Amino acid sequence: MSNLGDHVTKIRSKNAGPFWVTIDIFCGSAETYAWCCGILDTNAVAALYQTPAKDVLRFDIAALNVIKFSFPRPTIQGALQDRDMHGAAWATLLETLEVERS
Amino acid sequence: MTRVLVPAGALGLGFDQDALDRGVAMKPDIIAIDGGSTDSGPAYLGRGVSKYSTASTKAEWAKLIDAQQKAHCPLVIGTAGTCGANSTVDWLFEITCEILAERNATAKIVRLYSQQPADRIITALDNGTLTPLAGAPHIDATVIGACSNIVALAGAEQIQAALAVHPDIIIAGRTTDTAIISALPLLNGDNAGAAWHGAKIAECGALCSTHPMSGVVMVDFDTTGFTIEPLSTGAICTPETVSAHMLYENTDPFCLYEPGGYLDVTGAKYIQHTDTAVRVEGSVWTRTDPYTVKLEGARCAGFQTVSIATLRDRRYVENSTAWCADIISRLRHDIAQRTKLNDGEYHIELRQIGRDSTLGALETDHTTPAEVGIMGIITTQTQAQSTEIAKMLNPYLLHHPLTPDEPMPTFAFPFSPPEMERGPIYEFCLNHIMAIQDPMSCFEMVVTHV
Repeated sequence: MSNLGDHVTKIRSKNAGPFWVTIDIFCGSAETYAWCCGILDTNAVAALYQTPAKDVLRFDIAALNVIKFSFPRPTIQGALQDRDMHGAAWATLLETLEVERS
Repeated sequence: MTRVLVPAGALGLGFDQDALDRGVAMKPDIIAIDGGSTDSGPAYLGRGVSKYSTASTKAEWAKLIDAQQKAHCPLVIGTAGTCGANSTVDWLFEITCEILAERNATAKIVRLYSQQPADRIITALDNGTLTPLAGAPHIDATVIGACSNIVALAGAEQIQAALAVHPDIIIAGRTTDTAIISALPLLNGDNAGAAWHGAKIAECGALCSTHPMSGVVMVDFDTTGFTIEPLSTGAICTPETVSAHMLYENTDPFCLYEPGGYLDVTGAKYIQHTDTAVRVEGSVWTRTDPYTVKLEGARCAGFQTVSIATLRDRRYVENSTAWCADIISRLRHDIAQRTKLNDGEYHIELRQIGRDSTLGALETDHTTPAEVGIMGIITTQTQAQSTEIAKMLNPYLLHHPLTPDEPMPTFAFPFSPPEMERGPIYEFCLNHIMAIQDPMSCFEMVVTHV
């Protein structure tokens, strides 16, 4: 097993306004992009972020070899329970996701 | 054709002075820079203050005023002072006056105010002209009335109204990041899709290039598209770096809603135009009716006191979650016995730095760290009560044993006293758009010769 972050160029997460977060997976090549599109299940990503799958927007962007996920922040930015003001650390959950690549 | 010079993604982030000088020599029609964002949280809007220091802001703004005086074109800043409240527009206006006085220079300055009286928003709620966006919290007249500051995001129309008085400098309150860049090309009759798309690509300065921190980019708009070029030596725009910027801080990388319409870049074509510049055509702007502006508001959510202790003892680190739970339970009991506060009148949390303080319940790494920082976060409706509870927490953070029959432990405190008063804390409470008849009906302009 390896981590998703070992195979792609970069994964970043950031607020898209105070009420949404967006995560970009830069795959780096068409081959890795095709592999990522195959193994990344939207339901599994939603579960990783404990968010309802119906709220997760997914964009597979072949021209950039990028997969993008956007969903409402589980807590509004800066609210009492918020732990990550910029939504910057949520990318690490996908980076450390265990994957198998033959 | 309209030439827009963007010195950086935001005032306060720094820029390459040589690249800026190069940009000025290329005779821009306008210099446009963003001054803020909601990105650093609700406190700036709640308090009506800037995130960046006055000294740093003055140093960078002075360089842009010098550039404006050399280029003889308007200089516009949107969302002045991080949040774009009236207080931060006036704060930057005062800094501007100081800079001009030091240079013995004069300027015609427009201040564009975006702040909204609560009554106007309550009336809009009653009239049904307020629409919640996805993820918007519930609001009513009480919530709106409790906001310390409410701003509406100005669009291209309001910046154009300011440009119409032929100013040297426009200091705008809350504005969309893109409107300060798109306003002049739209006014000049350049392609509307290109005006908004180019503005979105350039709004973070050189982030759309291979040298993201170098700041300065130039955008040429015309009747069919736009051409963007970074001006720092060595920096390059490629179709990939430019198109990838549509991903940044955007929920949908193909669609961008702005006051008065939306941008669709699904059909955009990105072509390497020169060694360093990219040409973009094919983006489409669609007008929407009625004209709407987005609102932001922040209200006080209580007063907070924070205490920090650190656990380094192996046994305590391994059992820190149980240790914290036991302390919380004892502290709740103490509060019930010794104060008049009910359960709903205070919020206490022990956040474990090193274990899961960043991701909370989402954390997947459960290895035992070398140490754990215990951050006690106490929130009540007054600072005095929050600090009182933090002081009740103090003996536990210092000496609480895992079991009753062990020698009294003592833990590390980095500070004396450990209690840190954070003052009022704020929360965002508006994510709504408001329909208005005339774009200028809820914005105000003040023109001053300095």
